[in-house]
Amino acid sequence: MSRFFGFVKKEFQHIFRDVRTLVILFVLPVVMIVLFGFVVTTEIRDVEVGILDRSMDEASIRATQKIFSSGYFIPAGYLQHEEEIGEFFRSGTAKVVVVFEEDFEKQMQRENRAAIKLIADASDANSAQLSLTYLQGVLMSYFQSVNQDMQLPWSVHVESRMFYNEELKGVYMFVPGLMAMILMLISAMMTSVTITREKELGTMELLLASPLKPREIILGKVTPYVVLSLVNALTIVLLGYLVFDVPVVGSIWLLMLECLLFITLALSLGVLISTNAKTQQVAMFMSMLGLMLPTILLSGFIFPIDNMPKVLQWISAIMPPRWFIVIVKNIMLKGAGFAFIWKETLILLGMTFLLIMASVKRFKIRLN
Amino acid sequence: MSLIIDHIDKSFGALKALDQIDFEVRDGELFGLIGPDGAGKSTLFRIMASLLIPEAGRCTMHGYDVVKDYREVRKIIGYMPGRFSLYMDLTVEENLAFYARVFGTTVTENYDLIRDVYEQIAPFKKRLAGKLSGGMKQKLALSCALIHRPQILLLDEPTTGVDAVSRREFWEMLKGIQKQGICTVVSTPYMDEAEMCDRVAMIQKGKLLDISDPSRPAPEEAPLLYSLKSNKGVYAYLDQIRNMEACKHAWLFGDQLHVTLRTEEGAVEMRALIESWGDPSITWKAIRPSIEDRFMGLMEHGSESQLTNGEQI
Repeated sequence: MSRFFGFVKKEFQHIFRDVRTLVILFVLPVVMIVLFGFVVTTEIRDVEVGILDRSMDEASIRATQKIFSSGYFIPAGYLQHEEEIGEFFRSGTAKVVVVFEEDFEKQMQRENRAAIKLIADASDANSAQLSLTYLQGVLMSYFQSVNQDMQLPWSVHVESRMFYNEELKGVYMFVPGLMAMILMLISAMMTSVTITREKELGTMELLLASPLKPREIILGKVTPYVVLSLVNALTIVLLGYLVFDVPVVGSIWLLMLECLLFITLALSLGVLISTNAKTQQVAMFMSMLGLMLPTILLSGFIFPIDNMPKVLQWISAIMPPRWFIVIVKNIMLKGAGFAFIWKETLILLGMTFLLIMASVKRFKIRLN
Repeated sequence: MSLIIDHIDKSFGALKALDQIDFEVRDGELFGLIGPDGAGKSTLFRIMASLLIPEAGRCTMHGYDVVKDYREVRKIIGYMPGRFSLYMDLTVEENLAFYARVFGTTVTENYDLIRDVYEQIAPFKKRLAGKLSGGMKQKLALSCALIHRPQILLLDEPTTGVDAVSRREFWEMLKGIQKQGICTVVSTPYMDEAEMCDRVAMIQKGKLLDISDPSRPAPEEAPLLYSLKSNKGVYAYLDQIRNMEACKHAWLFGDQLHVTLRTEEGAVEMRALIESWGDPSITWKAIRPSIEDRFMGLMEHGSESQLTNGEQI
């Protein structure tokens, strides 16, 4: 046991003496979460909207006021002709143009239907789509309020509510994803690099020639990273809560236990990588390419899995982060208990077991 | 016997790194392995340290087979690789404490064994190992290899890249360690160091050329080896000496020229040649062959049949 603690102590000394390691461990996660929180946002704000009003009656003016008082849009001025739209878009004066057709109010009252054209600059497809959705929402609620005064033979009223993320906040989406990504990065990449470093510097030769058993070497190298990764997981949850108001509805203990499982899995992946890599560079490259990209692209972190081609869906099923993200979302946002995530947990457990077996088997007790 | 190497073969691809290496090291012996770079010394050390598996032959350390009983072997050996293999970002004392713990002991428990070595670097114990000089690094590595009181000490070129003074100190330490009853196998590319060993095995291109005992006088032979010295330097004379009929081989040995003659009578021809130069500062005399002379003599013949009578002594 003293042997093991000696090893762990040495490993901590390595970590705390290397500035690069410290930056990756403690600065990178904070920077990533803040960056993602503020930059990668799926909400819209201050979109410039131009108005082409061919009727200029009470109803169209009220509707225009409604748009600009919503908080999402700012006026970009009035247009006189349809030809001006292209100019507005090209110069960047407006992102969206709202066109009220002639006799807007009259048609509304007479036929209970009025024509509004929404034209968006779709060179940025995502924000164009979002702006239109928001605009429709604003206009719909306005017309509903108008219609309430009138007696209609029938009326269908659709009321939608977004559960677990009422305001459709982007942060809710990426805190679980980022957690998977950061834990993967730190656990897998750092361990694979630190083990290959011993090989590269020749110190592994001495460790092998000592009475240390393979599992003692692996455990000794990995334990500090388990502790530090857990600290990181807590930091991410805390940052999400304090800076972006992402709640933890479920049990924080269950969440941390699941994190521990995922960390163990990532660490065994790191050990497996290190048994195949000869230099730190190769280890880094393998972790980056082999782990980071799939984590970002195939885990459902950014792109929904259901929209992927079937083949990619199958591949994503063997990506550990995919299951971890589901678990974290369930606990953090829905407050689900273990009963709802046992299946995903079991999958992660199975993967961890396989990886540990493989890495211990592949760990060489001699040189070459 | 502390260590038995029994006809070991090892290849890396097409390269034959070790070819039928066969020798034994006695208990408490300070045994030297000498040979140029690439002779296969490090490969042999790695086999002895249970880090490589020989293709043929057996190697046992205190009766433990390095392949089958590698666990036991790793408990009783102290190994110092050819490349400095301690942690550069740990201090001197942290490195020592780490290796002590790895072997399940403490620094204080075996301090008497490493005292002579460690006291020289103790003033720098708070310094990072990466910031030590070459000589101090080697002393630290030796301390770490000794801290668990190994029965067999394996030192792969411990003095390479170390200044002359530190080298001498290092060998004195090895003598001290030998007095503690630890059997030591040490390799070196420096001929002069071989004289410090009890016995020396010469290795070239993976083959064992000879095993010699520096302390034992060479069998009395006719004086065939001569040493030449001149204030002008002897390099200028090398070609003429080599062209001499009676010269078997000649090479530079520090500031001297060592000449081996084919026959005793050859001395007459050499005397005539030397006198013809008219160099008043030149001196020459018959000498007893050192290990280097023997080694150079063996190497001149390259792959000839010397190897078969590897164990002459």
